[in-house]
This record gives sequence, structure tokens and C-alpha cells, in this order.
Amino acid sequence: MYQWDFGILWSYRWLFLNGLGVTVGFTVVIVVLGLVFGLFGAFGSLSRFKTVRLTALTFIEAFRCTPILVQLIWFYYALPILAGVEMTPITASALALSLYGGSFYSEIIRGGIISIDRGQSEAGAALGMTPGQSMRRIVLPQAIKRMIPALMNQSIIQFKNTSLVSVLAVPDLVYQSQVAAHDSYRPLETYTAVAVAYAAILIPLTILARRGEKRLAVSE
Amino acid sequence: MSEMSKIEIRALRKRFGSNEVLKNINLDVAKGGVVALIGPSGSGKSTLLRCINLLVAPDGGSVRVGDTRFAFGDGSKLPDVRTLARFRATTGMVFQHFNLFPHMTTLQNVMEGPVTVRRMAKADAEKLARAQLAKVGLAEKADQYPATLSGGQKQRVAIARALAMEPDVMLFDEATSALDPELVGEVLNVIQQLASEGMTMVIVTHEIAFAREVADRLIFMRDGVVVEEGPARQVIDNPQEAATRAFLSHFHRTGALPPANATP
Repeated sequence: MYQWDFGILWSYRWLFLNGLGVTVGFTVVIVVLGLVFGLFGAFGSLSRFKTVRLTALTFIEAFRCTPILVQLIWFYYALPILAGVEMTPITASALALSLYGGSFYSEIIRGGIISIDRGQSEAGAALGMTPGQSMRRIVLPQAIKRMIPALMNQSIIQFKNTSLVSVLAVPDLVYQSQVAAHDSYRPLETYTAVAVAYAAILIPLTILARRGEKRLAVSE
Repeated sequence: MSEMSKIEIRALRKRFGSNEVLKNINLDVAKGGVVALIGPSGSGKSTLLRCINLLVAPDGGSVRVGDTRFAFGDGSKLPDVRTLARFRATTGMVFQHFNLFPHMTTLQNVMEGPVTVRRMAKADAEKLARAQLAKVGLAEKADQYPATLSGGQKQRVAIARALAMEPDVMLFDEATSALDPELVGEVLNVIQQLASEGMTMVIVTHEIAFAREVADRLIFMRDGVVVEEGPARQVIDNPQEAATRAFLSHFHRTGALPPANATP
């Protein structure tokens, strides 16, 4: 029987905390950037102009239908050669994860917008609103409510996806725990602790999300 | 007549794909006039109504409301979104399914047009909105959300919302078709009151007895053409065309209006 000894991890606490900080900070960046890309993707795919629509759909499908691990490696190794720009591992992985998340956010936002009854924007138009006004005042406030649970869900996935940046040697929680595991010869304790750390952050968030969802359902 | 008319439609055409829904429609509505549009479903009456405020863009012909005229087809460009929005602000529309904004209270629904479109100060808009709600008999529902209202109340709020833009013309698209029978009367009463105040109105309806009572002119459409047109009572009591007779035979044409609201 294996003898667990979690006490050994204490001496690596600063390493873990550092990694955790990078993971959380990275998540914030890719969620925010991803939402920006998602907005562009969603409005692009709903555009009146065919070229804009096609561009947006190409972007969405390209990132939705390829594995994120491949994208990370491609952005770091292939893109610099093709585009002639050097990128740090952090930039490359932030870009890849944001675009990947953005493609899913796009679909969530687009789905939320088109789920609102056409009669709503017609009523806005009949009052004399421009399409922009009716989007801001009538459609989006209703659509955002419907998008929030799915956006939360996607952001949770984004948080977990940051663990993949360790392949590009970005010093996140997983990367630092690899260092700790090699150093201590205690991979079982190390990776168990890492799994617990991810869960400890995400479980309260999912509970909050579920509560928020219920509150929104009540006010419908 | 066209000198005086508030609404003037000339040679209007519209097709959806291969389906020609409006074939050369002409229509005049005098200032203060009330025109009822009747006809079987698919006759094009709702599309015609939606062409008047350009919610549907016609393929050909012209539309004039007040002093604003738009021509369509033959190389004439569709008006841009701002021109369209400004034009629509002068016409009120009431929909079959109310289309109230569910995320706003009744009062906010009615204030929305004045605040967002007319850039009215909130306090003034609120005063105006409360007056319009009082007019349709719903002053006490100002702070409720649409989901808590009955169908008849929702439609009266929708009328108040349209009136808050102080439009020159009101368009009603089967405003009572989605209502339970006992709720029809309260909405028709409001429309009748508007007619008596001299509002110019075009009403798409299946309430033949109401049309006979309130409209001064009646237009019967079928398959995208105007089959018969004339003074409402005359057309309903004594239709000249066989198609009109056949359609009207499905309805009670006279008699009392549905009972006024037994206000809850």
C-alpha cells in the first residue's frame, strides 16, 4: 500500500502559489479576450454582408473544429515561421486560448441573440428604433440573460484549458507541479493536490453560477 | 381625395420568393379615416399593413404617409436605416402577439419609445407614459411586468406604448386575434375610442361586426389584390362581389360588439 505524505508538498508552497497565480491571471485574460473575439464572431456571423458572415463563420469553425493542444503548438511553432513574428510562449498561448474560447463564445452569443423572438425587434423598429438601438435596448438585455449559464460553463472550461499551456513551458500551476513532482519524486501527492486546487476553485464558481441561473429564471 | 389623404399607396407590389403577395395595390386613407382590411389568411392584408410603415420593404410602387413618400423598385434605392427609423416613429403599430418587452415594466415599455427614440427627458416621458396607461385604463398596472397581465391588458399596454410616440397614424395587425373571446371587447373599446378622437387608422381584423361599427371604409383582399372596397356598412351589408359574399358568409356581420370589459 502506498504511503501518502502530503506534508512533503509544503516546501513547494511558493512554487504552487506562483503557478496558481499564473493560472488564474491567465484565465482572466483569455476569458476577457475570448469574449471580445466572441462578440466579433457573433455579430460577424449575423451581419447583413455575406463576406463578413463568411469570414466570421470560417474563424469560428477553424477554432471550434481543431484541438486546442494542436492550436497551442501551431501558434507557437508554426505561426512565427509563416508570419515572421516571434512570440513568447505566453503570447502564443494567450492568443490560441482566446481564439479557441472565442469561437465557442461566438456560438453562445449568436444563439442567444437569435433565440429572441423576431417580434421583439419588430416592435422596436415600429417604435422608430434603429437596428442598433433595438439590439441594445430590446434584444441584448433579454439575450444576455439566456447566454449567462452557457458563458459561465464555457469560462469554466477555459479555466481548465489553461493547464495545457504547460506544454509551451508557461509556468502555470500544472507546469510548476511538474517541477515539484520531478524534484520531490512524489508525483501522486503533487498531481492529487493540483486536481484538488482546480476543483476547490471551480466548485464554488459552479454553485454561484447555478444560483444565478435560478434567480434569472425567476425574473423571466 | 389624394390631395387630402393621410396615407397614399400606389401600385404596391411585394413578392416573397415566387409567391406574389401584393399585386398592384392602391389605397388612400383620409386624415382621421378608419380603414378596415379584411380577407382570408394569405390574402396579403398583413403584408400590406407592414408595407405602410415599411417593416416589410415593398418591391415596387410607392408609399406616402403624411409628407413623407418612398418609391420602390426600378433602381430606386432602399431608404437607409436612419431614414426608416425616423419615418416609423411617426406611425404606431400594434401586433397580434403584443410584442411587449418582457424585461421592462409596463411603464418602462410605454416610456421606451419616447426616451430612446424621441430623446425625451425621463421625467417627461414618465408623465406621458402614465397618461397613456391611464387612457387605456391600466394606470394601476404601471409597475407590473407584462408576464403578470392578461392578454387584453397586454394589448392595451401595447396600444399605450404605440400612442406614447404620439403618432399620426395607427396600424393594427389582427390586434384581437390572439385574445380569449372574453378579452376582445376591452381592446376593441380602446380602438373605438381612438377612432372617435379622430386618429387615422388602418385595422387588419377578423372582427367583422367591429369593422362595420368603427371603420368608415372597408377593403376586402384576396390573393394579393383588392377585390372590393367601399363604405364599411355598405360592403358588409351588401357585398357586390361573389368572393366578398362568400368570405362574409362565415361571420356574424351585425349585432352588438363583444361585451365591453367586465373589468377585473
